[in-house]
Amino acid sequence: MEILLYLIPIALTLGLLGLVGFMWALKNDQFDDMEGNANRILLDDEEDTDEPPADPS
Amino acid sequence: MEPAAISADGTSGRSLSVCAHCGAPTKAGRPFCCSGCEAASAAQGSIDADSAFAVLATDNEDGSHTLTLGVEGIHCASCIRLIENALSAGDGVADARVNMSTERLTVRWLGPRANANTLAQSVTKLGYKLHALKDDAPAQSDQEKRLLRAIAVSGFAAANMMLLSMGLWASTAETMGMATRDLMHWISALIALPTVIYAGQPFFSSAVSVLKERRTNMDVPISLAVVLASAMSVFETINHGEHVYFDSAVMLLFFLLIGRYLDARAKGKARSSAGQLLSRLQGFASIEQDGRITEVPIRDLREGMVARVAVGESIPADGLVQSGTSSVDLSLITGETVPEEIAAGSEVFAGTLNLEAPIRIEVSKASEKSLLSEIVKLMEVAEQGASRYVRIADTAARLYTPVIHSMGALTFLGWWLLMNAPWQVSLLNAVTVLIITCPCALGLAVPVVQVLASSRLMKRGILLKSGDALEKMAAIDSVVFDKTGTLTLGRPELTSIGHNAQNMALAASMAAHSKHPLSAALARAHDAALVEMEVSEVPGKGLQATRGGVTYQLGSRSWCGPETEDAEAALEMWLAADGTPVERFTFADQVRHDARTTVAALKNAGLKVSLLSGDREAVAASVSEAVGIGSFEASVSPVDKCDRLKALQAKGNKVLMAGDGLNDAAAMAFAHVSISPASAVDITQNTADVVFQGDQLAPVATTYEVAKKAMQLVKQNFALAVVYNIVAIPLAIMGHVTPLVAAIAMSGSSLVVILNSFRLTLKREG
Repeated sequence: MEILLYLIPIALTLGLLGLVGFMWALKNDQFDDMEGNANRILLDDEEDTDEPPADPS
Repeated sequence: MEPAAISADGTSGRSLSVCAHCGAPTKAGRPFCCSGCEAASAAQGSIDADSAFAVLATDNEDGSHTLTLGVEGIHCASCIRLIENALSAGDGVADARVNMSTERLTVRWLGPRANANTLAQSVTKLGYKLHALKDDAPAQSDQEKRLLRAIAVSGFAAANMMLLSMGLWASTAETMGMATRDLMHWISALIALPTVIYAGQPFFSSAVSVLKERRTNMDVPISLAVVLASAMSVFETINHGEHVYFDSAVMLLFFLLIGRYLDARAKGKARSSAGQLLSRLQGFASIEQDGRITEVPIRDLREGMVARVAVGESIPADGLVQSGTSSVDLSLITGETVPEEIAAGSEVFAGTLNLEAPIRIEVSKASEKSLLSEIVKLMEVAEQGASRYVRIADTAARLYTPVIHSMGALTFLGWWLLMNAPWQVSLLNAVTVLIITCPCALGLAVPVVQVLASSRLMKRGILLKSGDALEKMAAIDSVVFDKTGTLTLGRPELTSIGHNAQNMALAASMAAHSKHPLSAALARAHDAALVEMEVSEVPGKGLQATRGGVTYQLGSRSWCGPETEDAEAALEMWLAADGTPVERFTFADQVRHDARTTVAALKNAGLKVSLLSGDREAVAASVSEAVGIGSFEASVSPVDKCDRLKALQAKGNKVLMAGDGLNDAAAMAFAHVSISPASAVDITQNTADVVFQGDQLAPVATTYEVAKKAMQLVKQNFALAVVYNIVAIPLAIMGHVTPLVAAIAMSGSSLVVILNSFRLTLKREG
């Protein structure tokens, strides 16, 4: 039964990791806009600049 | 920062084959990809264009400002891109984000607060309507997040404890040894107690608040069971007892939280529409005062003031036209899509859109007395009434709670007094009764069916907007239809045939340059190539173009048609070459092609179907004839519609109101349940419990059928829960419920309910 001394903490740690990951995602608003994110994957990648789009005028 | 900047990166363009609103490809010659874009574009700049958005901005610590606004009309990925690009192109904008699910945008910028107005305008110019958010909106999503967090914690705890419990169930004190069992119990306690304290809070706080009001709800027995089970288990653990119920308590919380979350999400969609309607009256109007023009808040308009209304602006107050000839889009008030011609002396209503030329109006009613405000007042009354509806789950809870409580109490007293058992044993048995009767299945019975039904309807373009829409829909006994836009498509279609191909191409090419509904219909009906030419719009008259030395006119009979009076009073447009009428186009609002079968299906289902129209007697009669509705009433004003609905409801009828105009909105709020097409005015869509897309009327019947089926399943689920209790309660009372039995019974009953709910999606058409 000594094996339990390792297995239970390991199981709990793994579970906690998952929980912390979920909480992190939730806190970072990743579940805020499921619909929008589903649509955003259809958009082309934006250019890697912080510049606003060029103004033609 | 101008919309033109957006066209530069290719998401939008001026070519005719790209939607002028969202940039999606369109059929050749069509300016828009869909009617949603067309409507959004037509309303462009009309509302809130120059409202004081700066007031709504909040200050951040680093000196930047944040503005969060509701956006209407987002429906595709390019809408997101378009808005975000327009905003990020603005002065000093740090970030801009559109949330599609909640239909809101957040923009943060460095610089003066007043930039809010320019930023907001850059979005309204794209054709999206903006509105201020009500304060309780973020609270809603906070609540959802809290529930999600609680689900995560209880799910984590339930899974880990089940791991430990499996070991406990599979062995006895002899095989495992007392010390190991106690260790497992202590670890369980260590996981369970924080979980119960954290994840149980939604139930505890609700239970405490109802108990303070000396009422009970479902949360009282839930809290009692969870708390007592945990306390009892701690006691057992300390005393080296055999059975602990930590896993039951946590699993209970996990299942119930799922049900609660699904429920909260369904409710989250519903919004108060009256407030939004009022926001139309929150802009500014240009008033002539002492020979100068001043901007006055619309709510401060008084009788006798003279307001100037530019093209594309909504008319700020009810009044009389003083000068100017134009046409107004009355669709907000009447649902009628063909603009009404107005000249000096005509009456105009607040909220309607001035389409063609600037006009001056004399305000005849202060804005709080306008027709629009009156409708708002009616709707507020109706919305208050609607909140009194008691959902079936709450009714069940009301019956269920006293039964559970007395069962628990009787078990305790029975064991203690009759069987002379020690109080610990009596209490343990009473607690198992509470755990086992706990409404796991009951908590899932409604939300699961609700989610499945709404996703099934969603696939067919039907959106449920309120949590109780299905329940209410299943209970209806009569249907009241509006005519324009509901039974009919609400837009004129070309009905005349056999046109000269060259004339048709010419007329359609000219029509493609105008947003007038008749022009749009003409352009829609033409599938061949368009002719390139310069087209100019003659306000209040029509379109004019020159090609090959010939001047073509496309417009009303009075402008370019023959002078003879035609007896046939159809909607028409004339094409004239050098002043000679050459072609006549007639239009009519078409009845939705499946209207007749839908009405028949509803009648077959035993519902009374009737028609309430604001239109003339003859038109209403012909439409009701065409779709097979026996009873109709014509020339009904918005207020009359309300009265009719109120009278029907007072007679005990449960009415489904289907409508699309603002004139229907108040009546829909009074109806038991309401449905509107997605082409409806946004206010009406917000009022409606159900919104459907497309040119078919069949969704009305489909929704009713699905609702019926869903309610049937909900009732079956309740029946299953009752059967389960009839079996489980005696076992619990007799003290045979070990933690293993409790776990099997709880998950088993929940599974049965969920599986039964899934029968809704198994059933094909029907």
